Amino acid sequence: MKIIVCVKQVPDAKDVRLDPKTNTLAREGVESIMNPFDRHALEAAVVLKEQYGGTVTAITMGPPQAEETLRDAVACGADEGVLVSDRAFAGADTWATSYTLAKAVEKLGEFDLILCGKQAIDGDTAQVGPGLAQRLDIPYVAYARKITECVDGVIRLERLMDDGYDEIEMGMPALMTVVKEINEPRVPSLKGKMKAKKMQATVLTAADIGADPECLGLQGSTTQVVKVFSPQFSAERCMLTGTVDEQVDQLLVKLEELL
Amino acid sequence: MLKIDKEACIGCGICEDTCTFSAIEVVDGVAVVGDNCTLCGNCVDVCEVGALSIDKVEKKVVADLADWTGVWVYAEFRDGRVAPVAFELLGAGRKLADQLGVPLSAVLLGSGLDNNAQDLVAYGADKVYQIDDPALTHFTDDAYANVFEDLIREHKPEIVLAGATAIGRSFIPRLATMLATGLTADCTALAIREEDGALMQTRPAFGGNIMATIECSTSRPQMATVRPLVLKPNGRDDSRQGEIVKVTPDPARLLSRVKVLRSVREETNEVNINEADVLVAGGRGLDSEKGFEMIRELAGLLGGATAASRAAVDSGWVPYPHQVGQTGKTVCPKVYFACGISGAVQHMVGMQSSDTIIVINRDENAPIFDVATYGVVGDVFEVLPKLISRLQDQRAGEGDN
Ligand SMILES: Cc1cc2nc3c(=O)[nH]c(=O)nc-3n(C[C@H](O)[C@H](O)[C@H](O)COP(=O)(O)OP(=O)(O)OC[C@H]3O[C@@H](n4cnc5c(N)ncnc54)[C@H](O)[C@@H]3O)c2cc1C
Ligand SMILES: Nc1ncnc2c1ncn2[C@@H]1O[C@H](COP(=O)(O)O)[C@@H](O)[C@H]1O
Repeated sequence: MKIIVCVKQVPDAKDVRLDPKTNTLAREGVESIMNPFDRHALEAAVVLKEQYGGTVTAITMGPPQAEETLRDAVACGADEGVLVSDRAFAGADTWATSYTLAKAVEKLGEFDLILCGKQAIDGDTAQVGPGLAQRLDIPYVAYARKITECVDGVIRLERLMDDGYDEIEMGMPALMTVVKEINEPRVPSLKGKMKAKKMQATVLTAADIGADPECLGLQGSTTQVVKVFSPQFSAERCMLTGTVDEQVDQLLVKLEELL
Repeated sequence: MLKIDKEACIGCGICEDTCTFSAIEVVDGVAVVGDNCTLCGNCVDVCEVGALSIDKVEKKVVADLADWTGVWVYAEFRDGRVAPVAFELLGAGRKLADQLGVPLSAVLLGSGLDNNAQDLVAYGADKVYQIDDPALTHFTDDAYANVFEDLIREHKPEIVLAGATAIGRSFIPRLATMLATGLTADCTALAIREEDGALMQTRPAFGGNIMATIECSTSRPQMATVRPLVLKPNGRDDSRQGEIVKVTPDPARLLSRVKVLRSVREETNEVNINEADVLVAGGRGLDSEKGFEMIRELAGLLGGATAASRAAVDSGWVPYPHQVGQTGKTVCPKVYFACGISGAVQHMVGMQSSDTIIVINRDENAPIFDVATYGVVGDVFEVLPKLISRLQDQRAGEGDN
């Protein structure tokens, strides 16, 4: 079975802070990590490979330093890494990203399954997986929480819904996005780390994947960011005064009015 | 591509400071762009000498935008009922449609739809397109997206909104890709830009640390999924008149490559904090599981439910289903008590739209006071016991009468 896992390099969200003075993200020392949901997708792929045989290819679209994430993926069990990288990709929204990834996947040839994370923690959009499936014209399921079996070209799984779960069956090739309930990702083995050190990622540029420049990066994006700002919170705030007893009295009066 | 006019650049570094993505650096007195650039354009706006520009080759406008008119709302239907978010969308959609002077329509897909279309009219729809077919009993991405695509291509709405639920966030991205148009995920605010009637879509990113306003300028429809419980529904008005259009789809479009074998509802014994009128929330300031008992007691006395910040959940004082915020639930009760909660953005995004917010915190500078309707600067271990005993007295008094 040939499995492709889409991994994205993202800033570690808990480090991302807004500088109240300049209203910008203080990124100093912010670490880049593999998108946490993608780690679960990778683990699911490696488990499938261990069960049914095959190969796992990690693919990422991003700047040259995203290669680090591919190295991490190889350390955790991927066989190879593909870096889709070109200045022309800058400013891509999910529409342009799914186009670029689809072109790269087509370039890689036949596959049975594509796994994505539920969403990337920087954009939180959860749109690239479904968009990629549509562009490749393959069936997909979002929010997979369990893979039950995978035989004769048919995969069975459970998808998480707001009020329970659905048991699903679909023919391959197919795509799914996974939630973190699906597994507990392993830590890299010593052997994996050695392999990662030696890994040579395949690099694909816009020309290599035969992409239409009109469809890439900002140019190819269907959405544009108008502005970025820090969350604003405001209320007609009324600070109560007096002794604690007096304040409690006032609260009781307000509660009486409200309820 | 971000262009820097080396002659004009004075190396002041304002762009470097402004860049959210650390993609600009001043080297030898001139700004240089790095690979992190997302072309967001913030630097272009702040540059005082006009040295920065974004090379926007005129984009081909995909369709004649003026052909597209009307606001549509996807009315999610599952298990014999319309999801509450559909009514919220109708409330928001009604405002957008009125501002644009266009009709508001709802799209209802499923099996056994009964009189639900009428409810959608009562909540603001002028028209309801409904497809009632056994093939739509279970939600599958392809069948739902196919029939929806056909409706959109035929009627050309300028705006399509859906709830950011498991179902909406699963098939709406596919639909947007089919239509070759933009989609903004998980919006928390929508507005029409006066000048040109464009839909301004605002959403949190980076785990709620920043907000971004997004537009879709060259293609139609403009599509967005909207986070449940953020926008308010209008009241029900049964006197409203609307047209219900029953559509029979092409059977081929109802075929799905994904088969749902079984749909299981999990009986959760979770309290649903979304439904309580009063929520009493506690944070790290409660100090221990024992301290958190006061939260339960107050909630009990007020006939409400308990909620918590992530810090309280992570400390193990209260289970995850009670967490409010970015990675928890969004709530909007009549009254929200925030006790010993500092007011991190990730918490506030989940509760800021509550009708009344009562804050008890000993630190008068805690950001949570920014959203307070009534603020008490004080120690929870002093204020809460007093409040609780006074309420107990009141209740006892009522019992006597
Ligand atoms: C990606 C991401 C997602 C997140 N999602 C969420 C989320 O969904 N929900 C959420 O809540 N958080 C979330 N967080 C965490 C959030 O950033 C804060 O860390 C958290 O909300 C803090 O909880 P707290 O206010 O209870 O604790 P603290 O920030 O420690 O605040 C405690 C407050 O209690 C006050 N206090 C202490 N003792 C007393 C006393 N005796 N009497 C009165 N007041 C007292 C203090 O003055 C202080 O203001 C998220 C973080 C990240 C990075
Ligand atoms: N640049 C990228 N390179 C590789 N995979 C990506 C990229 N962007 C998104 N993905 C995949 O798509 C999923 C959803 O991302 P998003 O739509 O950005 O929330 C992620 O979890 C990844 O699996």
